[in-house]
Amino acid sequence: MIHTSNLTKTYGSKTVLDIEHLDIPKGQSFGLVGNNGAGKTTFFSLLLDLIRPSKGEIRSNDILVKESEDWKPFTSAFIDESFLIGYLTPEEYFYFIGELRGQNKADVDALLSQFEDFFHGEILNQKKYLRDLSKGNQKKAGIVAALIGNPEVIILDEPFANLDPTTQIRLKGIIKNLAETKGVTVLISSHDLMHVTDVCERIVVLEKGKIIKDLATSEATLKDLEAHFAGTETV
Amino acid sequence: MIVTKCVLILLIEETNSKRMKIKHFINLEWKQYFRSAYWQKSMALNVLLVFVALYFVVTFLALGIALYPILKETFPEQDPLVIVNSYLFYWFLADVIMRFFFQKLPVMSVKPLLTLPIKRSKVVHYVLGKSGFSFFNFLPLFAFVPFGVMLIINGYPITSVIFWVIAIFVITLVINFLNFIIESLSSETELSYLPIILFAGGLFAINYFDLISFTNLVSNAVSSIYETPLLIAIPVLVLIGLYLVNFGKLKKQLYLDSSLKAKAQEVKASNLEWTRKFGDAAPFMQLDLKLIWRNKRPRSSVFILVIGLLYGLFFYPNPVYQDMPWMFAFVGIFVTGIFLINFGQFIPAWDSGYYKMLMSQNIKYKQYLKSKYTLMAVSVVILFILSIPYVYFGWKILLAHFAAAVYNIGVNTHVMLLGGSFNRKKIDLNQRAAFNYQGTGAVQWLIGIPLMALPLAIFGASYYFFSFEIGCLVLTILGVIGIVFHQKLMNLITEKYLDSKYKMIQAFSQDN
Repeated sequence: MIHTSNLTKTYGSKTVLDIEHLDIPKGQSFGLVGNNGAGKTTFFSLLLDLIRPSKGEIRSNDILVKESEDWKPFTSAFIDESFLIGYLTPEEYFYFIGELRGQNKADVDALLSQFEDFFHGEILNQKKYLRDLSKGNQKKAGIVAALIGNPEVIILDEPFANLDPTTQIRLKGIIKNLAETKGVTVLISSHDLMHVTDVCERIVVLEKGKIIKDLATSEATLKDLEAHFAGTETV
Repeated sequence: MIVTKCVLILLIEETNSKRMKIKHFINLEWKQYFRSAYWQKSMALNVLLVFVALYFVVTFLALGIALYPILKETFPEQDPLVIVNSYLFYWFLADVIMRFFFQKLPVMSVKPLLTLPIKRSKVVHYVLGKSGFSFFNFLPLFAFVPFGVMLIINGYPITSVIFWVIAIFVITLVINFLNFIIESLSSETELSYLPIILFAGGLFAINYFDLISFTNLVSNAVSSIYETPLLIAIPVLVLIGLYLVNFGKLKKQLYLDSSLKAKAQEVKASNLEWTRKFGDAAPFMQLDLKLIWRNKRPRSSVFILVIGLLYGLFFYPNPVYQDMPWMFAFVGIFVTGIFLINFGQFIPAWDSGYYKMLMSQNIKYKQYLKSKYTLMAVSVVILFILSIPYVYFGWKILLAHFAAAVYNIGVNTHVMLLGGSFNRKKIDLNQRAAFNYQGTGAVQWLIGIPLMALPLAIFGASYYFFSFEIGCLVLTILGVIGIVFHQKLMNLITEKYLDSKYKMIQAFSQDN
């Protein structure tokens, strides 16, 4: 689904991302972990053509991301709250996104009805603008908006941060379900090793822009990752 | 001058004692300014601004030096100082208005400072103290100091003249702080420009109809300071009073909850189905309309419409302008294009808050721009219709307005959209009351010049060489050409936006 080759991003003389080769097959739930500055958000921004690669390329479904815009119809993302339009109500925002993705109101309503649990009664029919919602609720709205329009690739940057425990657990269910039953390629990043190992079939560890681990998730993965980040790894 | 110095010295001493030096603040400011994308991307505009500033300095200097001899020559019987005093009222009034539109309270991102061990009052003192160093406060000195020197050379008593200059400077500072009160009044309420118009217009009217002669009042007041220097204490006291009022106001706003307080706005959802008529640009039209209606900043551009529409009343009833038909086209551009200018200058910065999202969505840039274009074009048509009553002052006005409206639709809309592709300044729609004044800086006004000056030049030239009718025809034809090539132009503009996509994303994700 997503093929990355010789991708680098440099600012001045500093290389913030340097990925020689990374293939993400269709329907994989893919987790990206790494400390701050490891290049997670940079990679996602490159995937969304929000910044230009210094070298190399990403192909999504055989479409060259930096040249064509044809990847947009099947890709959606929630990177941060700058993806929200503060002066709309959540409903208006969902319908707006739906419209951009060719979904009418009924389609969007049908989708939203599946997430009543997830919203926990704090998003819909609140008569509030998105800007007046709490950070966590904004995040919920943004994540659900990224699911509108049956995207084949969903990119979520730090989806678990700011969410309450109940919502975190529900979100895990949603993400798993997307990859397993609908064949959606889900890319998430997280600082919470437990969450990623729970959700993702494959975990890639970035450090200073380079891939230093590429693991298929198993029982041992969490221990492995914890050891790695604690710096007590035995080589 | 003395007063600001005193305040500053006090400030520095006080801060020193708490080991938080004012230099930290200045350091922050410096970095904020020079590290913003805006500064780095628009050197040309900064250079232009410096030239404008220099221009004013030179003009004022020339005025200050030449004023005395000119007045002496033109009115040999009168004392030049008395004449100058009698016009001071208008000077101060103009100062108030100019400041309102151009000067903003120097903002510092205070939020991160709130939790640091710095006294709130110190932050406020700094913000206010810094405003004392505004260009607007020093500009008058360039005129009044040389004028004062000329007075002394011509045998006026030195101490009196010095106190006279000081008095003017103190009053200038008074206006400085008065302006912030007026600005905060207009930003707290939804009245936008109304308070300043009422304030200045009211004073002017009272003076004009001789209810209270402010001209004499100001003149007498300044003369008495000239005669009895001790009276300088009065404006100084007023200055201190206003400073304290400002201090109190700002200090109260320096709490997170007072500026971030969710006003539990009840949402008034409106059905905008009628925008469907505009085809695939409809979702963006709806978004734009909500943007305008639900945010303070863009909403003020709606209120300006009223002022813009009435702008013609300044000119047309005055018989002097009846003989200057070349003015009509200018007024026409302004009256029919006021929304275009006000809204258009911040495209696409209005959407800067969620620009990243738009860019990753499945949209065509063209639809996005088309929505803005449609909005501006429709506003021109509506404003033209509303301006039809001006025909009362002569059919020529209607003709000129029509030509201007066509020109606005065909040319200026595209110019605005094109200009937008150079826009690198983020607008924070979510920002609330505290410190958020209009935000239309001098830069935005400068961009407005080619919009207005170009059609005026074209019209003026064809009026001068041919006739009024030809002038209107030329403007109309230019407009029609623009409309005919609309698709082509839009493609060009879209390309420009695509070219600067990454730069815009980067600039818009900056906080300043």
